[in-house]
Amino acid sequence: MGNSVSLRSLLMGTAAVLMGVSAFLAAPAQAETVLRASMHADVRTLDPHWTTQTIAGIHGIMIYDTLFGIDDDLVPHPQMVGDYTISDDRKLYTMTLRDGLKWHDGTPVTTDDVIASLQRWGAKDQAGRAMMGYVTALEKVDAKTFKIVLSEPYGLVLDSLGKTGTMVPVIMREKDAKTEGNNQVTEAVGSGPFMMLKDQWVPGSKTVYAKNPNYVPRKEKAEGLSGGKVVKVDKVELLWIADSQTKMQALIAGEIDFLEQPSTDFIPILESTPGITVMNTGKVDSHWGTIRLNHLHPPFDNPAIRQAMYHLVNQEDFLQTIVGDPKYYKVCHSYITCGTPYADETGKDVIGKYDLKLAAEKMKAAGYKNEPIYVLAATDHHTITPASQVLLTAMREAGLNVNAVSIDWSSVVARRTKKEKPEDGGWNLFVTTSSGVSALNPALNTWLGAGCDKANIGWPCDPEMDKLRAEFAFAKTEDERKALAKKIQAKAIELVPYISFGQWTQPLAYRSDKLSGIVPVTGLPVFWSIEKKN
Amino acid sequence: MTAYIVRRLFATIPVMAVVAVFVFLLLRLAPGDPAALIAGDDATSADIAAIRMRLGLDQPIWTQFVIWLGNIAQGDLGVSIFSNLPVTTLIAQRLEPTLMLMLATLIVAVTLAIPLGVCAAWKARTWIDRLAMVISVLGFAVPVFLAGYVLIYIFSIQLRWLPVQGYTSLDNGLWPCIRSLILPAVALGTTYMALIARITRASMLDVLSQDYIRTANSKGLATKRVLLLHALKNAAVPIVTVIGIGIALLISGVVITETVFNIPGLGRLTVDAVLKRDYPIVQGLILVFAATKVLINLMIDLSYAFLDPRIRY
Repeated sequence: MGNSVSLRSLLMGTAAVLMGVSAFLAAPAQAETVLRASMHADVRTLDPHWTTQTIAGIHGIMIYDTLFGIDDDLVPHPQMVGDYTISDDRKLYTMTLRDGLKWHDGTPVTTDDVIASLQRWGAKDQAGRAMMGYVTALEKVDAKTFKIVLSEPYGLVLDSLGKTGTMVPVIMREKDAKTEGNNQVTEAVGSGPFMMLKDQWVPGSKTVYAKNPNYVPRKEKAEGLSGGKVVKVDKVELLWIADSQTKMQALIAGEIDFLEQPSTDFIPILESTPGITVMNTGKVDSHWGTIRLNHLHPPFDNPAIRQAMYHLVNQEDFLQTIVGDPKYYKVCHSYITCGTPYADETGKDVIGKYDLKLAAEKMKAAGYKNEPIYVLAATDHHTITPASQVLLTAMREAGLNVNAVSIDWSSVVARRTKKEKPEDGGWNLFVTTSSGVSALNPALNTWLGAGCDKANIGWPCDPEMDKLRAEFAFAKTEDERKALAKKIQAKAIELVPYISFGQWTQPLAYRSDKLSGIVPVTGLPVFWSIEKKN
Repeated sequence: MTAYIVRRLFATIPVMAVVAVFVFLLLRLAPGDPAALIAGDDATSADIAAIRMRLGLDQPIWTQFVIWLGNIAQGDLGVSIFSNLPVTTLIAQRLEPTLMLMLATLIVAVTLAIPLGVCAAWKARTWIDRLAMVISVLGFAVPVFLAGYVLIYIFSIQLRWLPVQGYTSLDNGLWPCIRSLILPAVALGTTYMALIARITRASMLDVLSQDYIRTANSKGLATKRVLLLHALKNAAVPIVTVIGIGIALLISGVVITETVFNIPGLGRLTVDAVLKRDYPIVQGLILVFAATKVLINLMIDLSYAFLDPRIRY
């Protein structure tokens, strides 16, 4: 008897538990919305001021905020800044932070944080260095107001503070920003629209961000990096999937929602897949190609030989090889990104003339003695490797003595810094790519710099070029700037700091049956404004 | 036996030391510079030099080596140049996916290979034997990445039965974990299946021609009993050896599989670290791999004594 009662109780209890469980399962759960994005690289470092890696910049704009942000037309607008004034002589900028800015730990953002961050960024970033070269003081007025005092009316202050290309001038906590520039900031406490969940970080695989509930977005519509950064998902996972094919299949299967850089080979497949949309990332093409010449050593220490190299480059050949679909590329003979205000293709009839025979003749006439030309040819890069092969083929067909140094990209990056003779471990030329936003104007485009030892690798040396670039930075009007851009184009054609092999855009792909509200931003993808259907 | 194990364990020390020296020197002598990668396109020589100094890469190689060795002696594998996280943490994060993938691969390979090899030997020179060997040759011939893409296309894209990519941890349940491993384990397992099946066939053929098998058959023992109890047990030593070698090979084999199926394991960690010249990670991982290989060899040797009572240490 006792046993049967006990058994009945057990059965009833079990039934009650099962009913409870089924009721729980049947209840409409408030599902968390998680946006899964496959990125071009993994978030490997948390400090956007420490490295120029684009992914560090993407992480930076997730968790930090910037004083200014550029819109679709590359015009800077206040972001963390509420009000600001510029003095008549354009040497004094007074800025006040807007209300409601808080760090993820709840403490308010102050001008001490801003000043320390600008100092750190200004010591590392090229645009920051250029700007800080004219900054005589960063003065604190009160907890929310500060002044930037300039020695000269440098005209690119707001453009620099709102730039999208790395290093992005994000504002950090003072104690983080006081970290010496070559040491990494290892904390991830910002004031931006997302908070990093550091305990879920698996470098080389996944980085997880949660919506910052305390973030106060601006009222304006989100446009580029400007406007209201309203987060509409609970979490964002930035994933690193190394294999291009796997990324594509994962998007098709719906395992990821967003693919930052689909391989160009797979774009037609993605375009024809229902539920997937391929879109451009902004008004400015995302990449341009560069053939960088080393001005220190023969034969490219001779300007006439450098100029002859123009005739070896048929941009269509390069672009067809690395992009394919003309919808995504543009032949461009301007030293400034085509499609932007200062682009100028003056001289394209000369520098765009593809003629291998003419190139060989001009080089010989200029004194080329068939000495070997050391080309650093990367073997493992999805665009630089095929572009290098196109160039090598053209050089060989022209009868040049080419010594192709085939090494991985990491080795190219190391060897190109060496000033030794090519045969002693140096180099004569290498192929690389840059972001479209890095060449928006002659002052930003550091590959145009010709400051000899202080110039970028390749070390062009021409004081006139740097003088023109400085004049551009101080120009008061758009007409003045455009006139200077034209002069710089002519000077560059003569100097040949590099030879462009065209520009292209890298579209992104996403599940349009699940996501809406994607904000196209040139240079960096952003994850605010995006809604996801579960 | 205990003395043998202790002796073997001590013998690993010089092996590990040689591995340590080689790894360190090879990495430092290889072209590439993490400082240049960190500094980016716009960096000046001074910028790169400052980063090299911060990372300690400006020190002479022998100084760097002594510092590294001193840290290793204290169980400190160092800190990643890029993520600034301890190498031990990074390895710990990646250990489970790789171990689970290796285990699943071995299960797939062994459970398919041994019956295949036994059947092929039992029915030697018949169509069953030829079919088994065709399967083996195909297993060898089809590259892992190709098998992976084909499996993904069929089972993930067309049938939607299994995920395309990723690894689900055991913490999220056994079935989700198994589900995430089926395709990678099959893709990787076919190669090892082929290897083990061929060795099983060869070893079984050798044993099946022995007098004691003829005696067992003459006694009228059931074929199943002869094959499994008399023949397979005696053919086991080379099979176990090749399974052991297979485990060691798997360590390198998982790299491609982890890439194709996006499994965040040690293989991917190694490749990424090599490409970024993240020296502490590469050094730490190769030491771990070397230690694992030495231990596997020891375990194989010890297993011989259990499989063949004539073997004594």
